[in-house]
Amino acid sequence: MGRVWIRGGRVIDPSTGRDEVADVLLEDGRVEAVGHDISASDAETLDAEGCWVTPGFIDLHAHLREPGQEYKEDIASGGRAGAAGGFTGLACMANTDPVNDDPAVTDYILDRARQDCPVHVYAVAAATKGLRGEVMTEMSALVEAGAVAFSDDGRTIMDSDMQRRVLEYSRLVSKPVMVHAEDLTLVRKGVVNEGAVSTRLGLPGNPAVAETLHVARDIQLAEFTGAHLHVGHVSTAGAVALIREARERGVHVTAEVTPHHLTLTDEATLGYDTNTKMSPPLRSAADVDGCAEGLADGTLDAIATDHAPHAVYEKEVEFTEAPPGVLGFETAYPTVMELVRKNRISPMGLIASLTSNPAQVFDLPGGRLTRGSAGDVAVLDPERKWIYDPAKGYSKSRNSPWAGQEMIGRPVATFVDGALVYHVDRGVIFP
Amino acid sequence: MMENGLLGIQELAREDIETILETAIHMKEVAERDVKKVPTLRGRTIINLFFEPSTRTRTSFEIAGKRLSADVVNFTPSHSSLSKSESILDTAKTLDAMDPDAVVVRHGVAGVPKRIADELDAPVINAGDGAHEHPTQALLDMLTVLEEKDRLDGLTVTIIGDIAHSRVARSNIHGFLKMGAEVRVAAPPTMIPAAVETLGVKPFSSLREALDGADVVMALRIQRERLAGAYFPSVREYAATFGLDRAKLRFAKDDAIVMHPGPVNRGVELAHDLADHRPSVILDQVRNGVALRMAVLYLLAGRRHRRPADEGGNS
Amino acid sequence: MANHPPQRPNRSAGPHGGSEGSLEGVSPLPKSPAPTPLVSQVVLDTVSIGRALMRIAHEIVERNDDLESLYLVGVPNGGVPLARRLAENLDQVADLEPLVGILDTTLYRDDLISSGKRPKLRDTEMPSAVDDRVVILVDDVCSTGRTIRAAMDALMDFGRPRAVQVVALVDRGHRELPIKIDYVGKNIPTQRADLVKMRTEDGVQGEPLDVVLLHPETAAGGASR
Repeated sequence: MGRVWIRGGRVIDPSTGRDEVADVLLEDGRVEAVGHDISASDAETLDAEGCWVTPGFIDLHAHLREPGQEYKEDIASGGRAGAAGGFTGLACMANTDPVNDDPAVTDYILDRARQDCPVHVYAVAAATKGLRGEVMTEMSALVEAGAVAFSDDGRTIMDSDMQRRVLEYSRLVSKPVMVHAEDLTLVRKGVVNEGAVSTRLGLPGNPAVAETLHVARDIQLAEFTGAHLHVGHVSTAGAVALIREARERGVHVTAEVTPHHLTLTDEATLGYDTNTKMSPPLRSAADVDGCAEGLADGTLDAIATDHAPHAVYEKEVEFTEAPPGVLGFETAYPTVMELVRKNRISPMGLIASLTSNPAQVFDLPGGRLTRGSAGDVAVLDPERKWIYDPAKGYSKSRNSPWAGQEMIGRPVATFVDGALVYHVDRGVIFP
Repeated sequence: MMENGLLGIQELAREDIETILETAIHMKEVAERDVKKVPTLRGRTIINLFFEPSTRTRTSFEIAGKRLSADVVNFTPSHSSLSKSESILDTAKTLDAMDPDAVVVRHGVAGVPKRIADELDAPVINAGDGAHEHPTQALLDMLTVLEEKDRLDGLTVTIIGDIAHSRVARSNIHGFLKMGAEVRVAAPPTMIPAAVETLGVKPFSSLREALDGADVVMALRIQRERLAGAYFPSVREYAATFGLDRAKLRFAKDDAIVMHPGPVNRGVELAHDLADHRPSVILDQVRNGVALRMAVLYLLAGRRHRRPADEGGNS
Repeated sequence: MANHPPQRPNRSAGPHGGSEGSLEGVSPLPKSPAPTPLVSQVVLDTVSIGRALMRIAHEIVERNDDLESLYLVGVPNGGVPLARRLAENLDQVADLEPLVGILDTTLYRDDLISSGKRPKLRDTEMPSAVDDRVVILVDDVCSTGRTIRAAMDALMDFGRPRAVQVVALVDRGHRELPIKIDYVGKNIPTQRADLVKMRTEDGVQGEPLDVVLLHPETAAGGASR
């Protein structure tokens, strides 16, 4: 592998606190040097003036749909979309078909990723067999196969005793248990946040208390068992408060929030666009504010996309029937940059939530730009304006609430293991 | 406002409502004639697209269309095939290819008429979607009140019952508020939707207070099968606390009228003798339904909204 | 689009030949980027209207044998006050009290175009059926004949009249249908693009004031006569 000299960008590395204009030199797949006195005339150079140079983004929450639902997405297309979004690492959820509840499926996913995916893929295995919440998975074997965390995401383990056992058992393998925290008996048929919007639309509401109740339960169980609880896609100010309080108390709980829950309110749903249907649903302005505050003060460790592709025709149905979920990779950076522009979070804080923090939560490589670390780098233009068109993106699906909208900020180059895998002018570069 | 049809009262301006009501009053005169049919929509095709069975509303639209000489076609998609394979947008595109002049849509899920309207060139008339809106019902209710009270402005309207699941309630709330009335809703707290004040109404859990000084009292149908046990303890308890009878009606104004979108659960939301006699105006509501729907069809059918290039294309 | 008859190519005279409908309801003026300013000219004043209506009353009496069966039906808006005035005149001239009705023709129009706003409906008040009556339709301005055609269709829905006769205060020509006016207040030659309007005290169905001819400035200079 050759050498790449990324020149003149604003290097933001939360792992060291570095935030200054500097050069980055990549060599043999790793970071060789970061600083001012680099000279590598024989290296390929990338002029990064005006751009941010950061560790590659790491997404703790992605649905790559392979195996089983390749018509929505597969590891190859999802990986390319990730690269175009500045991501160099994706943790993929277990709700595939078959479910990733067996080391053979984990093997398959990681094998496909090695063959046909420009970015690193990490497998999150199911916590219970078939995501049914009845029998726990073989966590040791799954970890051996490469699982980095356990989750029944998409489903909730409603049985509190089962949830307790899963958390307890996870201590054996020292891996986090990620929860989709929603009390389904309160959600019932709810499809939009319960409140003024659900009342106006006449659609069944999903109340915020459905989330807070289960976050509270799972925090209690994590405290009781001493396990590492990771709360997926936090959407309510109430859940943020519960997590903040638990962390102060010393409970081992981490959490993530999606770009859509940080930037869109339930009012986006007023036109009945099924591309605004998510689980958990878009919430009130107060909840969006609470999530942004939680991200800024570190209660929420990571921004995770919950990238959830669905085919066009699957979304062209009644709002209540449409599958929840939206694309996330290619819109993540420009959408969350809104928080920086509004001074809700510092550039360093934002980049930490996309890089070093998620790496730490799942104990993954990457998330830093220091000599010897992986050559996973994102080069980001914070000012670049563009119109997002899902049809021109890399995902196989198009379900985005931001379709057709102007975006400010765009990844211009992504490096994985020192190799350029995406450039805004050239697209994804991968054999 | 009514460019791509009549999807809800929410989107209408007060002037739109006035135009529709005024037109409906003229249509009532047609209904009083010997020959109750005018040639206005001759050669026009109206499709009644009812995903959810509703003999009353469908028949009302059918009569309205036929009195205007339109060809009215009832299209009732079979539920099984629809939910399994065909998306609503497929249905919409299929209909568009048939080139109707208006499509009347009833669906159990909120928002479906809007999604169909987005795909269709012809105007879409919402005949009820989930718990969202039922605009023609609210308009005929307003017409009935206007005839009784000679005004809507300044009236106090009390709506009693399952506001949370009622499209009739929502459309009437939007409509009466736009026309300058005060609207109150009364129900057990389990049947009041979240943040209902944001619609501009006052919620009451005391029926007596809600009725105090009311000019119009509207009782909603209780879905006993679906709700009993879950949203209220029993039909008996509901009837005792929120069922309207002559004794409770005394709290309203002396000349208050009683309305109901039908069909009535006698002895539940309305006492038996209230359903049939003054001050109940339930049958006037039904009669006004045809004239009101004639007005809506007259104002909308045949108007195209997605091909502005056609306008004046022949001149 | 096969369902829709093509629009008539020339709509410039207004949908109903410059009758009362032409200044409201569907697009009254030819669509052009900059509307031509109109020049107006009074062609019948209040006194002449009164004289014409009295003459017409005499003609009606002369021409009809069974005066008891007369039924005056005004076409809104302008025809309504004219029918009312004619009834008064018939009372004066022949001691008659003919039935007077109002018949809105909007729902019978043949030009409800596929786009644009629908015209407002006006009251219809027919005090009795028209069976075996001699119905005299009264309109203010007749041009294409389409309003009278619509009025006759509407009339048939109220029974089977023995005969139908037509009064127009002004006949401005440009007939598009084989419609004959039995009693004309005044013939006024016009250009198609002109508008002829009867003005009333309240702008709708009040007492008639005068009849004005409005013609585009560019076409003026005597060309309209």
